[in-house]
Amino acid sequence: MSSQHPGVASNRSCRRRAVLRKASVPFALLAGAVVLGGCKVPTFGAFRGATTQGHAEFKLWVGLFIAGLIVAIIVWALILWAAAAYRRKRPDQMPSQFHANIPLEIIYTVVPVIIVAVIFYFTVVTENQVDAVSRHPAERVHVLAYRWGWRFTYENGQGRPQGVTIQTTAPPRALALPATSSQYPQLVLPEGQTVRIVLDSNDVIHELYVPAFNFGRFAQPGHTNVFDFTTTRTGVFRGQCAEFCGLYHSEMLFSVRVVPPATFGQWLTTEQQRQAKQGATS
Amino acid sequence: MTLIAERPAVIGHPEEHEHGRLGVLGWLTSTDHKVIGKSYMLTALAFFLLAGVMALVIRTQLAAPDSTVVSQHTFNELFTMHGSLMLYLFVGPFAFGGIANYFVPIQVGAPDMAFPRLNALSYWLYLTGGLTMVGGFLTVGGAADFGWVAYAPLSDAVNSPGAGPDMWIVALVLTGFSAIFTGVNIVTTVFYLRAPGMTMFRVPVFTWNMLVTGILILIAFPVLTAALVMLWADRHLGTHIYTVAGGGVPVLWQNLFWFFGHPEVYILALPFFGVVTDVLATFSRKPVFGYRGMIFATISIAALSTAVWAHHMFTTGTVLLPFFSLMSYLIAVPTGIKFFNWIGTMWRGSIDFTASMYFGVGFLVVFLFGGVTGIFLASPPIDFATHDTYFVIAHFHEVVFALVYGAFCALYYWWPKMFGWMLRERLGKLSFWLFFIGTWITLISWYIVGLHGMPRRIAEYSASTGWTTLNQIATAGAFVMAAGVAVFLVNVYVSWRTQVRAPGNPWDGQTLEWAAASPPVHHNFTWLPPIRSERPVWDFNHPDHTTQQVHRKEAATAPSDPAAVKTAHGQDVGEERHP
Amino acid sequence: MKVESRFLLFLSMFAAVTASIYWFTSYEDAGSVMLLAVCLLGLLPGGYYYWWSRRMTPRPEDDANASQSDGAGVVGAFPGSSIWPFVLGLGAAMTALAFVFGFWTALFGLTLAISAVIGVIVESRRGGVH
Repeated sequence: MSSQHPGVASNRSCRRRAVLRKASVPFALLAGAVVLGGCKVPTFGAFRGATTQGHAEFKLWVGLFIAGLIVAIIVWALILWAAAAYRRKRPDQMPSQFHANIPLEIIYTVVPVIIVAVIFYFTVVTENQVDAVSRHPAERVHVLAYRWGWRFTYENGQGRPQGVTIQTTAPPRALALPATSSQYPQLVLPEGQTVRIVLDSNDVIHELYVPAFNFGRFAQPGHTNVFDFTTTRTGVFRGQCAEFCGLYHSEMLFSVRVVPPATFGQWLTTEQQRQAKQGATS
Repeated sequence: MTLIAERPAVIGHPEEHEHGRLGVLGWLTSTDHKVIGKSYMLTALAFFLLAGVMALVIRTQLAAPDSTVVSQHTFNELFTMHGSLMLYLFVGPFAFGGIANYFVPIQVGAPDMAFPRLNALSYWLYLTGGLTMVGGFLTVGGAADFGWVAYAPLSDAVNSPGAGPDMWIVALVLTGFSAIFTGVNIVTTVFYLRAPGMTMFRVPVFTWNMLVTGILILIAFPVLTAALVMLWADRHLGTHIYTVAGGGVPVLWQNLFWFFGHPEVYILALPFFGVVTDVLATFSRKPVFGYRGMIFATISIAALSTAVWAHHMFTTGTVLLPFFSLMSYLIAVPTGIKFFNWIGTMWRGSIDFTASMYFGVGFLVVFLFGGVTGIFLASPPIDFATHDTYFVIAHFHEVVFALVYGAFCALYYWWPKMFGWMLRERLGKLSFWLFFIGTWITLISWYIVGLHGMPRRIAEYSASTGWTTLNQIATAGAFVMAAGVAVFLVNVYVSWRTQVRAPGNPWDGQTLEWAAASPPVHHNFTWLPPIRSERPVWDFNHPDHTTQQVHRKEAATAPSDPAAVKTAHGQDVGEERHP
Repeated sequence: MKVESRFLLFLSMFAAVTASIYWFTSYEDAGSVMLLAVCLLGLLPGGYYYWWSRRMTPRPEDDANASQSDGAGVVGAFPGSSIWPFVLGLGAAMTALAFVFGFWTALFGLTLAISAVIGVIVESRRGGVH
């Protein structure tokens, strides 16, 4: 049972980042691509991704967002310009009745095809990074989703059980507590190491969603999903079931705590002993 | 020379009056596509208002953290029924049952739909199906509460017992058949009941889009009906098609549902693409720019829409990511063609900013960003990060809000034609601005709160998440939008109380419906203009400004009497054919 | 009829190509079967129209130079008003509700539906040709 509350320091830095992130949204939207010349890429509202996989997604997001915003601004400008410039000035005004321009139409067919091809290339590259599964993960966690909770079972890199299971203890209730509350399970991960998540469900479809990792994946009955998290910084991150799973869907919370590998080892040993003792007494 | 007046020669019942029976019996027995079309629109608008009220309750619940305005169970029912009513009972039926029913036959110069009684049956199935769906609220366990997508195994008998979900299934089977019948009717009408000279490449863009929509209905709805029948069998006959227990595959439901669901998105959207195309052309006093390109784009969108269903399933880990990603991206190409054609239609035009035109341009502005965020979501990695969050909610609400602009655009444009009196322009513009401002307030806060990780379909959230402010802004926007809809209702009431009679062609329209009276007589036409392009009424009214050289020549010699003009056209044509 | 048949055949061909690409890249049965069904759905009417378009003279609506007089005469028989669609709709809905509430509603539903079908047939034979 994980009872650690998020460390004060990481919590504060989290909050500061959240504030920065919020403040950057309107600014980024206004300044758009111009800001890109600066040293730090604006987030456009998204998380930077606390895993290598999530950060790959983030880079794709920034690129796509800028491209999309440029296209949108150009087309919006054309729409509004056409609408504003060609208002009817006299009731009997009769415009020229042109109705086609084949070269122009070919251009605006071919240009989007090229844009799509470029976007698709970067999508596939990123997708392969995000979905890549390491052959030698440092740790494996079997995640079982059920109505309405989570169970994290730790195994070592070879898939041998380590005797540590973290599970939701909160009963479904009228109001959810914060995700980091001790009644919701906490997934503890070692920083900088690749952890394999083996995800499934024993009733309906759920979704393991960690916003700060820029990642969500369905937990399904009858189908096991496997993916890796390679965390890049310590901290406590909220997680939640994102796929609607029935009455108490909003309360299927958990949190992820990323700690240095040494701390992770300590934590694992402590938990092993505690849970072994608990198992012996009960 | 036979006069055109005789063209709509139609055989009816001996007891039939010019307007059929009156009163309730007239409504119950009518097979007139205009009566059915109006009934569809009215019913669909009623469902729209009901679903809108549900949306306001949902937004009120989410305006504060730890909110208990409604219970979690009620909240789940509300968002399920909000989605179901909006998508199954409002947007689609309003488009293909309402405006298409009314205007497709008129735009092709037909006296009625091809199968008038089948058309009436469609409406009754739609009405009874819709009432069945809403009736779920009256059952003991309440209405369906598994989301409008009803993912198995959440929708099975163990996880969602009760009569409410069953009524939801039955309702969708009924409205599904209704849609299929309407699809058959539209396709047959366009293929077989066009007026002489109305070749396929002279059919107005709205009707072309409805034809393609009809085909998409025939592709998509049978799949949904089959999937629902299997779901019912799972619930009651003990089959295990979607449950793991007996060797079934839960993800099969998603494959089947989205094979319906994605063409369905274009079943909802294509009609309004068509509406906006016609409206932009009319109010710009120009032909549609790139008419053929527009039609090929519509067909391409329809074809591609059958091969993108699994982009709703990227996070299941069971689908072929690059295939569906590429197919989804490719839809941007024909949609882009449409956008540039719309701009080209307005370009160097003479644009009259009526309320309908406001909504038309509003549609372009809103739909564009919905499309751009759709491109983001078509990228699997970005979808992993935002799937089932408010970012997705914002994306598809942006798209369907745009369709609501399309619906208002159609209503303001065709209202005089359907009812014979005009709606008030200034109230219409006020309604537009309220709706437009509300749209962006809600959507931008949803996009941001989605990126901050707020999942969809949650009944409450803790204040520690930091989502409160954005949710309050979104709720405020929802109420501004509701005010816009309320102004529309006021507009209808005011315009109805003191009616301004509508002439036959108030907007200087281009397509055949503007050759009919306002409202059109029984079986629509007493005469038809000659059809020499995709805008016969324009050619007839502006012989000096047609797009084809031959008409300018004809027009130069045409006398001022309309009947004589018609004859002159006929003779010219005859000479061309037999020189 | 030519444009109509080409439109349907294009959809059919598109679905055929997509179905084969999809099958050989994913081996997923449900989607492949549905794409194949789309192919057939376009092929049947499209092929039929194509067959006819080569054998019939163009109809007035396919003739770019047709005048309205070319299409003069009977367009078709359109029923003026009929109560039977309403009865049939009501009957179908009640029958469908049997799948929720048990088979007693189907008794009423089927009675209505069958009488409506008979009604439509009688009406068409008696009144449809006037």
